[in-house]
Formats: sequence, C-alpha cells, structure tokens
Amino acid sequence: MLENLNIHIAGENALIIYFGEQDGSQVSANISAKVQQAEQLIRKAMAQSLAPDIIDLVPSYASLMVMFNMMTTDYHQIRNQLRTLLQSIDHHLKEQVNHDEANIVELPVYYSNESGPDLSVIAQRAQLTVEQVIELHQAQEYRVYAIGFAPGFAYLGEVDERISAPRLGTPRMKVPKGAVAIADRQTAIYPRVSPGGWNIIGLCPIDMFNAKATPTMPVNVGDRVKFIAISKDEFFTLGGTLEVSYE
Amino acid sequence: MSNSSLAQGFLVKQAGMLSLIQDAGRFGAFNLGLTNGGPVDLLAFQWANRLCRNTLNATAIEISVGGLILIAQVDTTLAITGANMPLTINGQTKGLWRSYHVKAGDEIALGFATQGVRCYLAVADGFNITPSFGSTATVCREGIGGLRGEKLLAGDMLACTCRDSHQNTHNNSHKNKNLILIEKLRPAYTDEIILHTVPSYQQRHFTSYQQRLFFSTEYTVSKSFDRMGYRLEGQAITCDVEGILSEGICHGAVQIPADGQPIVLLNDRQTIGGYPKIGAVSSVDTAKLGQLNQGGKVHFEPISMEQAHNIFHLNLSGFNRTELVTCD
Repeated sequence: MLENLNIHIAGENALIIYFGEQDGSQVSANISAKVQQAEQLIRKAMAQSLAPDIIDLVPSYASLMVMFNMMTTDYHQIRNQLRTLLQSIDHHLKEQVNHDEANIVELPVYYSNESGPDLSVIAQRAQLTVEQVIELHQAQEYRVYAIGFAPGFAYLGEVDERISAPRLGTPRMKVPKGAVAIADRQTAIYPRVSPGGWNIIGLCPIDMFNAKATPTMPVNVGDRVKFIAISKDEFFTLGGTLEVSYE
Repeated sequence: MSNSSLAQGFLVKQAGMLSLIQDAGRFGAFNLGLTNGGPVDLLAFQWANRLCRNTLNATAIEISVGGLILIAQVDTTLAITGANMPLTINGQTKGLWRSYHVKAGDEIALGFATQGVRCYLAVADGFNITPSFGSTATVCREGIGGLRGEKLLAGDMLACTCRDSHQNTHNNSHKNKNLILIEKLRPAYTDEIILHTVPSYQQRHFTSYQQRLFFSTEYTVSKSFDRMGYRLEGQAITCDVEGILSEGICHGAVQIPADGQPIVLLNDRQTIGGYPKIGAVSSVDTAKLGQLNQGGKVHFEPISMEQAHNIFHLNLSGFNRTELVTCD
C-alpha cells in the first residue's frame, strides 16, 4: 500500500489523488513518475473493468484527478477500486529508472532578441550574457509535468535557478504561436496565439497542437524534452514565421 | 435513410450575441488539455432533444442572450427550451418548450432573453456536424468544435436531415406529432438560487470561520460571467495558501483567488489551475447558475458527497419519469 496515497474529493463526479508529501505541494520528477504510473494503471483498467465508470483523467505535477460516471458508479465504489488498483505502484520507484524509459523529444528553438523579447531582461537579472541564458535553457532535459491551460500547453520543469523569472507584471495581450517562455522555474511553448504573462526567450517552429495530425501533440505527460538551438534560416526552413508583434 | 433525405439544413441569417454548436460535451481529451464544453444548462439542452425525440447527446445550438435567426431549407421538426426568449416563426409569436414542424423557407427568430440567459434549439436527429476529438461541442477559447471552432456567423449552413411530416402519416402518425412539456413541469428561472456545494480540494486550508463566512454569505454575479466561469462578488474569503501546484479542476469547482471573490468554474474552464478551491457545486445547480445574469444572487450550501449523489439521481429520475404530451 502506498503510504502517501491520499484520495480526496474534488466534486460530485471527481476525486483527486495526491502523491508525495504535504498533499502534493512538492515538485519532483519522482512524484511525477508516480502520477504517470498511476495514470497508466488506471487507463489500462479503463479499457477493461473500469470501462464505463471512469470518464477521464487529469494528471498534473503531484496529483491525478479522476472524473467518474455517476450513472454507473459512486464515490465509495470508485475510491475503493482506485485504492486496490494503485496498491501495486512501486513506491520505491527510482527517479533514474523512469528517466531511462521516458520518451525523449527534441524541440528546435530559434533563440534571439527578435524572437525572444525577454531574453535580455533575464540575462540582466541573472548577470549573464544572452548566450549564457540560451546555453542554460538547452543544458538540461525537462520533464513534462502537466498539460493544460490551453490545448497542447505543456508545463516543463525545471529550468536552472539562474534563469528562472517571475511572470510579467502586465501579461501580454498577444503571445505568438510557438513562443518558448519561462515562468518561475517552469518553461513551456505557447501552442497558439494567446494572451500570456510568461517571459519569451525564443520561437519553436514545431506545432505543439495540431488537431489534424496524429499524434495531436509531440509530447505527453512524463516525456523528457530537450531544446536544440537553431539558426534563423533553419527556423524558416522548418516552417517558422516571424511576422509577430508583441503587444 | 435515403440520400434524398439528406438535404441542406438551416441557414444562419443572423447569429445573435453568442450562438454555439453543442452536444453533451467532449470527454476523454483532458490529456491534450481539452476541456469539456457542452451545454451550460444541461437540463434545458436535454429537454430540447427529448422534444425532438432525439438521443440526449444530439447536437443542438446553445443561444446565449438571444438574437439568432435561422432560415429552414428543409422540412423538419425543431424545439427550443431554456431562457425566456421571444420566439417567432414566420413572424408569428410561438411558445418555447415544445416542438414545431417547420418547412423549407420558414424563418425562426429569437429575440433577447427577458429571464435567464441561454436557450437550446434542437432539430430532429440533431445537426449534422463533424465531431472533433469525439464531440461537436464548440469551445471558442480552444478553437475546437462546431463548424470552425468558433461561434456561429451569419451565412453559416447547419446541416440536418429532412423529416417530411407527411412521409410517415400512414404508418406512424403518432410518432409524428409535436410534443410539449407542460408549463408546471418546466424549470423555473429565478434571480436567486442555492448552489449545493461539496466541500473539497483545499477545504482544510480555509479556517472553519472562513468556511462559515463562505456558506452564510449572499454573493452577486459580477459582470464577468461566461461559459468558463461565473465570477461572484460579496464577502471575501481568505485561504491559508495563496497558490497551489497546478492540479485538475472539475466542473463546478469554486476557486478562491487572491482577492477572495469566488469563481464557479463551468464547462469551458481550464483543465488545470493553481488557485485554491473550497468545494465544487453540484451539476444540477451549475445548470441554474448558467441562467443567471449579472446581479443574480447565490447562496452556497454545504452538502456531503452522498447528498450530491442523491440530488443528482433524484433529478435524473424526475427527468426520466416526466412525460411529454403530444400537441398540434
């Protein structure tokens, strides 16, 4: 049995399972790996015994929301079924083990002052050069902790502390599609034009969400992401555009 | 069904304030960040479909505020339920909560709601819209569903099947009759409602004093209310924590941001978010909330998960037991 498995009520047709300590307030790859493992177990059961009972799942940093079908089950039954199902999660799961298994996705980024208007601000604050900020952003693999906010918006973590940056005081009315951005120690790519308060450091020419493509998204929760710097020419060759105005 | 019966459908002559293609909602795409969408007043939506003898998930139009004008290009049956919007067919005043046979060329016009916010217009067999991610529900914020991922515009064509009212006269005349939900059985839309709420999520991060304040205060619907959520005004509620790690948000969740003013999250909510939540409103009551305008009054009332379950099933069996009657 998982000692730290806490199943709480979310709403009349939803439960939320918190993983790790302090009811899910801690960001760690280890906890995220447990969320992912629980999600996979439940999805497998959804294809079989829990088929009509569970409608959908929302995995996030340290929690998994389970939406259930009030026509076929109730809160007590579903909670017991989840408890039984999740007993098999290895709570000694080693972070490294999961890293090896995770899918690694490489995403090209055109980092520059013209494609990343906040690069210089981050560099100044960190007393680094723009080149060093770009270097640090590429230096590590990020984990996809959650997908939400907008279709295809993947929360990646965690960036080097030196290049972490608070959200803008006044969010931009229009952030371009493909904007690679930082908020605190999270980084993400805006899948489409939208308002946003994250610090923009570059542009990615790859579609993060394409309703007509299979798969719809290049990443899933639990994947590892690596950013690769590309030149302006390569950016254009990959289909990127620069006709953006940052409002 | 023969090909000849697959005629054009309806032409949008005037789209109104916000008219959206909706089925019961999109489920199973949370992993892509796609929210549910679907009718805010699920009950009125289901009644519109039942009045057309449809399955309860058939695609209809949700009309917010009003102003939609359609021109029929087929002979079929339609029904409109929900908020009190003046309806005319070819200029003649008609009542809601019943079905009508319409003919190609007929003009169906909705004025602006005098009570409530949203109406549902269903047609026999539903509108024939290609689903995206398993649903036709339009979520404008995501650009997903409906015809183009956005609200209806003048000139849009909404396909549906032709239901010639004379076709079945001999075999099936009873099945061809119009249906009505009698007045005393219709939902009443008022300006003041109770939101039965299951305490949940970060409830324990609100002191018992703050929780008592929350459940004993009258809140008013602010000017910010839409399909994503209803922002309320009243007694501010404080939470021990300002933010949490982003987590899944269920339908009806009551979010308390830093200013302490509750937001009840509805169909088009973000799937994850980092504000503390004190509980979640039952779906029976979010349907009523979705019919409130700015200035509408709400009280939150705490209920257990078991009570929420009972409310849901009592309403469902009430809906299933209520019979429609035939009319001309």
